[in-house]
Amino acid sequence: MPKVTYIEHDGTPHAIDVPVGLSVMRGAVDNNVPGIDADCGGECACATCHVYVDEAWLAKLPPQGEQETSMLGFAATAQPNSRLSCQIEMTAALDGLVVRMPESQH
Amino acid sequence: MADDAGRVLIVGAGQAGATAAALLRQYGWTGSITLVGAEAASPYQRPPLSKAWLAGTATDADLRLRAPGFYAEQRIDLRTGVRVEAIDRAGRAAILADGTRLPYDRLILATGCAPRRLALPGMDLPGVLELRTQDDATRLRAALSPGARLAVIGGGYVGLEVAATAVRLGLAVTVIEREARLLARVASPELAAYIHAAHAAAGVAIRLSADVASLDGAGLDGAALDGAGDRVAGVRLGDGTVVACDATLVGVGAVPCDALARGCDLACDNGIVVDAACRTDDPAIQAIGDCTRRPLPLYATTGRLESVPNATEQAKQAAAALCGRPPPPPEVPWFWSDQYDLRIQIAGLPVGAVPRIVRQTAGAFSVAHLDAGDRLVTIETVNAVTDFAAGRMIIGRRRRLDPARLADPACPLAQTMLPE
Ligand SMILES: Cc1cc2nc3c(=O)[nH]c(=O)nc-3n(C[C@H](O)[C@H](O)[C@H](O)COP(=O)(O)OP(=O)(O)OC[C@H]3O[C@@H](n4cnc5c(N)ncnc54)[C@H](O)[C@@H]3O)c2cc1C
Ligand code: FES
Repeated sequence: MPKVTYIEHDGTPHAIDVPVGLSVMRGAVDNNVPGIDADCGGECACATCHVYVDEAWLAKLPPQGEQETSMLGFAATAQPNSRLSCQIEMTAALDGLVVRMPESQH
Repeated sequence: MADDAGRVLIVGAGQAGATAAALLRQYGWTGSITLVGAEAASPYQRPPLSKAWLAGTATDADLRLRAPGFYAEQRIDLRTGVRVEAIDRAGRAAILADGTRLPYDRLILATGCAPRRLALPGMDLPGVLELRTQDDATRLRAALSPGARLAVIGGGYVGLEVAATAVRLGLAVTVIEREARLLARVASPELAAYIHAAHAAAGVAIRLSADVASLDGAGLDGAALDGAGDRVAGVRLGDGTVVACDATLVGVGAVPCDALARGCDLACDNGIVVDAACRTDDPAIQAIGDCTRRPLPLYATTGRLESVPNATEQAKQAAAALCGRPPPPPEVPWFWSDQYDLRIQIAGLPVGAVPRIVRQTAGAFSVAHLDAGDRLVTIETVNAVTDFAAGRMIIGRRRRLDPARLADPACPLAQTMLPE
């Protein structure tokens, strides 16, 4: 199973197997990784599943949809490498993905 | 003082209860966590029950809040299909119907809401449905065969989402609303009119200012029988007209499940009364989610909110307080609804008659509510995610806006902010 490493804001890493087809958000939620709230359950409506994606991986991700770009535009802690993790579906090619969590989702 | 080694008992394994259990572990609670829920299913999300799951595009697996093995892995003792009948505050235990006592050091009530029932003849007829649980949704889905006629009593969010799903599945749908407009208690007249137009265009018949007198059944010979019969066949209105139907969804709001709290004399006022850390007036008992009346610091008032974001915010507040962590930053209340291709997102609370400014472009619509000082208090948006996201941020910062610039939909909301 492909692995994702989630790194908490304080630096604590969590290496998690995420089944292909599930979102990166689901992988965190199903394993109680702190730092991802996912209030809307993956509907791209809340922006509380915000992560920073390691530069090396950014180009390998599916492109942002319009909804995602707009939601991220006003996230207090957004950076150029911000993504909503519910919009990233796991594939074998993403094995080894590293994402970091912002200090707060609100 | 935090005592993170005690026994926590959470009553109600819905959105709020399940989230609180998970967060307690995240925040380092080392004691036992027992999560009891009356429903047989593992904790799941309700929003899709009137949307994607009802339409058949989301699966049961999509509904679950956490993976199946989650609770065991997190040492959360999940007991489904178990209803708590009473709380013994002096003895610090929850009591089940068979007399079993579940002891606690800390109790969290997360019992949610139940659909409001109408006291009308015919409410118990087969084919008269309500929607709160997955079992309810299963019955409703079985009634949604193409060509059938569905009457929806109540033009609130749940009723309208079901109407949208049903008409797209090929049913003939009539929405019956007592008030003079849809969404009367929860949306501005402008937003309600916009949504009304979408339903009308989709072919939903809408009866406003319509009182329901009874639900009429049909006898075996098909003859209408007031309030009786084998199965619902029509909704009789106050003016005597009958909306013929094969099934009826009653969606007239929800009432808080506060029977346990009342039964043990906790303060209740349309919801269990809690503070910003979700404490009730018993220091050992907190309450979270749809069943609470909570402080709304941005609006200097209290209220009962029925939304997933509210359930998760209160779960955070309660778990943080129990684990001795600083309280989470206050959130701007928000809500979403999907109907047809309309993504409706609302931030802030509609707080009565305040000046409103409509921003409309092709395909996008939003209504900004300003207070007397031109501060944004609410933003209602339809397919206008930029206004929603910016508006939520602006409301939280209590910023003043320039009404003239706001009225120009081409001017981004964030650029209408006046200097502080
Ligand atoms: C059809 C539908 C669509 C919705 N759509 C949206 C939406 O789009 N966006 C949004 O933000 N919100 C939506 N909501 C609202 C949202 O689902 C609720 O706000 C949320 O579920 C509240 O969580 P809760 O944990 O407080 O209550 P619930 O999720 O209702 O959980 C309470 C649980 O407690 C159990 N319980 C009650 N009493 C007892 C007892 N004595 N013993 C044991 N267990 C007990 C109940 O059986 C229930 O399972 C929708 C709701 C419905 C019904
Ligand atoms: S979970 Fe809500 S936007 Fe990703």
